[in-house]
Amino acid sequence: MSDAPIVLQARDISRAFPGVQALADVQLTLRAGEVHALMGQNGAGKSTLIRILTGVHAPDAGSIELLGQSVAPRSPLHAQELGISAVHQESHLLPNLSVAENICAGRYPRLSWMRGGGIDWRETRRRARELLARLGIDLDVDQLAGGLPAALQQLAAVARAVAGDARVLILDEPTSSLDADEVRALFELIRRLRGQGVAILFVTHFLDQVYEICDRITVLRNGRFVGEYPCARLDAPGLVAAMVGRELAGAVEAVTHAAPEGAAAAVLSARNVSRRGQLQPLDVEMRGGEILGVAGLLGSGRTELARLLFALDERDTGDIEIDGRAARLERPADAVRLGLGFCPEDRKHSGIVADLSVRENIALALQARMGLRKFLAPAEQRVLAEKLVAALGISTPGIEAPIGQLSGGNQQKALIARWLATHPRVLILDEPTRGIDIAAKQELMNEIRELANGGTAVLFISAEIEEVARISDRILVLRDRAKAGELPRGAGEDAIYALIARAAS
Amino acid sequence: MNRRLLPLAVTILLFIGMATFGSVRYDGFLSLQVFLNLLIDNSFLCVAAVGMTFVILSGGIDLSVGAVMAFTTTLCAALLRAGWNPYATMAVALVLGAGFGAAQGYLIQRFRLAPFIVTLAGMFLARGCSYLISTESVPIDDATWVAIAQARIPLGFGGSLTVGALLAIATVLAAMRLAHATEFGRTVYAIGGDENSARLMGLAVNRARTGVYLLSGFTAALAGIVMSFYMLSGYSLHAVGLELDAIAAVVIGGTLLAGGVGYVAGTLFGVLILGIIQTLIAFDGTLSSWWTRIVVGVLLLLFCLLQRLFEKRSRRLA
Amino acid sequence: MKRLARHPLFWPLGALALLLALNAAFNPGFLALGWRDGHLYGHLVDILNRAAPLMVVSLGMTLVIAVRGLDISVGAVVAIAATVAALLIGGAFNAGGEAASEHPLWLALGAALLVAAGCGLWNGLLVVKAGMQPIVATLVLMVAGRGIAQLLTGGQIITVYYPPFFTIGGGFLAGLPVALWIAAALWGGLHFALSRTALGLFIRAIGGNPEAARVAGVRSGAITLCVYTFCGLAAGIAGLIVSSNVRSADANNAGQLLELDAILAVTLGGTALTGGRFTLAGTVIGALIIQTLTSTIYSIGLPPEVNLVVKAVLVFAVMLLQSADFRALFMAAQR
Repeated sequence: MSDAPIVLQARDISRAFPGVQALADVQLTLRAGEVHALMGQNGAGKSTLIRILTGVHAPDAGSIELLGQSVAPRSPLHAQELGISAVHQESHLLPNLSVAENICAGRYPRLSWMRGGGIDWRETRRRARELLARLGIDLDVDQLAGGLPAALQQLAAVARAVAGDARVLILDEPTSSLDADEVRALFELIRRLRGQGVAILFVTHFLDQVYEICDRITVLRNGRFVGEYPCARLDAPGLVAAMVGRELAGAVEAVTHAAPEGAAAAVLSARNVSRRGQLQPLDVEMRGGEILGVAGLLGSGRTELARLLFALDERDTGDIEIDGRAARLERPADAVRLGLGFCPEDRKHSGIVADLSVRENIALALQARMGLRKFLAPAEQRVLAEKLVAALGISTPGIEAPIGQLSGGNQQKALIARWLATHPRVLILDEPTRGIDIAAKQELMNEIRELANGGTAVLFISAEIEEVARISDRILVLRDRAKAGELPRGAGEDAIYALIARAAS
Repeated sequence: MNRRLLPLAVTILLFIGMATFGSVRYDGFLSLQVFLNLLIDNSFLCVAAVGMTFVILSGGIDLSVGAVMAFTTTLCAALLRAGWNPYATMAVALVLGAGFGAAQGYLIQRFRLAPFIVTLAGMFLARGCSYLISTESVPIDDATWVAIAQARIPLGFGGSLTVGALLAIATVLAAMRLAHATEFGRTVYAIGGDENSARLMGLAVNRARTGVYLLSGFTAALAGIVMSFYMLSGYSLHAVGLELDAIAAVVIGGTLLAGGVGYVAGTLFGVLILGIIQTLIAFDGTLSSWWTRIVVGVLLLLFCLLQRLFEKRSRRLA
Repeated sequence: MKRLARHPLFWPLGALALLLALNAAFNPGFLALGWRDGHLYGHLVDILNRAAPLMVVSLGMTLVIAVRGLDISVGAVVAIAATVAALLIGGAFNAGGEAASEHPLWLALGAALLVAAGCGLWNGLLVVKAGMQPIVATLVLMVAGRGIAQLLTGGQIITVYYPPFFTIGGGFLAGLPVALWIAAALWGGLHFALSRTALGLFIRAIGGNPEAARVAGVRSGAITLCVYTFCGLAAGIAGLIVSSNVRSADANNAGQLLELDAILAVTLGGTALTGGRFTLAGTVIGALIIQTLTSTIYSIGLPPEVNLVVKAVLVFAVMLLQSADFRALFMAAQR
């Protein structure tokens, strides 16, 4: 098979930001009619490279050639004009405007001078309809984009991206919020575009998706170019090795299990909890000293369950009992007072208070639990914080440093420290290892096991099913916002996948 | 499509309801001139509120409108008194207003300052400059000005409009076209919907944001000119609190304060509703005029609460 | 010196010092203090006295801004509180020709403060329970509030003749103005409450990241309600001081533009409008700066109208300095 013609060639791209060299001598070659995967751990430089290609940043060094011509995108608009379009993780449509308008925004067809020179709305809608038909997407162009489900917004966003005769289409984590059917629909569209000769750059962290749809892979690690490989010549272990930089064999240690024998009494017992549009009625029980893992595909309701249990969202039905007694659980403050804790998925948005110090962040939940009546003086906070920082191995310039200065992994540890300080009966962890490098991940998993061994009931949610399988004493499997079943420890990933698949058919 | 028009429909229904109530309760309410007076007496508010609509659609706010209006009246009075040509005076006023607005817009957009505080300082500045020109009320007796102020354009059926009212109507029509048929207008809506997405789409966000404040400054100056026709004087204490009335008119007109949703036509009805409240109170005769402030406040509250309900409902259903 | 310059209060204090110096330069005897009629006397005392109501309102505003809120109705609340007090005291004279109060003074004052706190609570409910944007929620009371006050007074200015009432705004205690003592007590009380209880931490957390604070179990709703109620109360206290000073309640003009001055005082003092960290001392200095400014302009011989223009320039300057983008531009230009 002869190689397809090169559409975009990026050579020796380097870019630094204050304090960090984000990219150094990175190469990227995109060919017509090919889907090219861009892979790398968090912090590898994928986002920076995309921002350079779309004109958000200029490279410090290096060159970009589009169809043989040297180009230097100055802004997203300019990049689009050159033929480089991007669809980002959040679909980035304008929710208050129609689909047609979203597709044509910035490129409106105009009425002739004699008819007023304004925007030609009829033509706008016609063009949108035609484009959607060409791409095989079934959407009403007059509908407001905000009213569409996320997956359809994604498809509309792709339509917009290719509306302007894009030669290069960049898809940045497009499947993060999609379920299996929606992913299938998106891949169909991608194949169609591939057939039309578009060069597609596909960024994802889902290995199976890479092998399903991509032709080539470029791997970045710590801002450096590791290599470009045809998919057929690099298998999954090899890919992971390239991304991580060391052989994985044996790197994943078994997490020491010391689960107590015999079932302990239920600490938290939720019956029939549900919330319209988020979670169907389900029962869940958490026992002291036990790690209950929650596995499921994206969109299966994992975070929604966590938020309902912690009363972050109001439940429509169901009761929750703590230690066998009915609990009034209407807001997070209630949950905290009852001895629950919650590490949210998005620690930047719902976890840390960036401007406050590490000490204050750690002490916050404990103080909240104590209320206004009792005061945790700064001196006491200091003692507490120092103890936990040492215990968890948090790397920080000091406990008075603003927590925003710490790295993601250390922020996560600090958040866990916050809840440890409250000696929780129940701790809910939503994606605690996300965005953390492998070494720190292992440490964290061990801490969590320690915590459970101490008697806390832990809810462990993760998108990485093998992680859930590894650490849990019991596994709750979710599918399409409902319970698919429960599995005992040692069930293995295959059993989990089977349970999800069975529920589907 | 229909969901977007709902707030506007509510506003129009409210106006019709109030008009009906008035004509049933008071004699002489249902006359053409009474309705035309709504527009005549509130022509300057209408012009200012139109500019404010764009600012609010973009998710911002402009508190300097009343002060710019007052400044315009004192400036015009002073220039006319100094013997300036009336049309040149108008031109200077409009250019200064637009420039002032553009400067505010630039600060907001370039340095990402909060619109509230920038236009608040702008309010101080404009009124301060107005005081510097004159602290007393300066009457305007320029012949052209007076002629324009007193002109009445007959509409038939015994009704007539002032130049000010005509300017108000023209402003509304021009703004409607701007909002619906130009790139600028759509970009304003886009910014109000999701600024980040608008930027990523490559829309000229920065220019549009500076533009809405320029427009607001321009309409404020134009409103000031119309006000000077109405009052035939230049006074630094004119239009105190008028920006609040403008905001109220825009909100009651169905534009969401968060931005992105709303129609210029709605603002026109918002202004008319404010006018009709005052007319109703005047016709009643027993209520003091302070009730206007209270009713406007209550209406503003109701509409804001309705908007919140609307937002909550649509988020739940999505 | 450089470390001193990094202290958050450095610039506000420096600005205040500069203004005082300007005053002293143009107005010999500005810094002079004397003793007259049993109390301290001098320009400085005047400034402190007149700044007191602004200090009080600004302290309340500081906390509201710290929780990412805003209260532009404080001016209207000042008018309402003044009106309630004046109405309850009344302008009556008793049989002996002495000014008397229709109701006991404590009742009049108490009612006024209760109503003011009620206004604050109303604002808080709109923001917390109805989820309205703070500027809009408080806009409602700003628009309607003065109307209500006018309604209560029937459009008249109510004059008060009852001497004990005048001590609030015009009296002296141990040589210093009573109003100043009130402001100082409020400042002290707040400082104590915020640093010796969890309140300070909670407010900073709510302002720093409202969602994170909620997840951590902080009762954000209740605390925000308290903050707005307190702001209303502070405005009420200021209203009593102001009306006591002018010996009347003018529903139209009392507290006019006060909200703008209060926000300016808070910003000048170093508290960011984005919420989170705040400084009470900075606010007090900010209020003093604004009051000194008026006096400086007078001393220099500029017309009082310049006041507004100068305030505007100040706000722009502080805003730009607080803006990261501006500082980046400035530093880039320096290289």
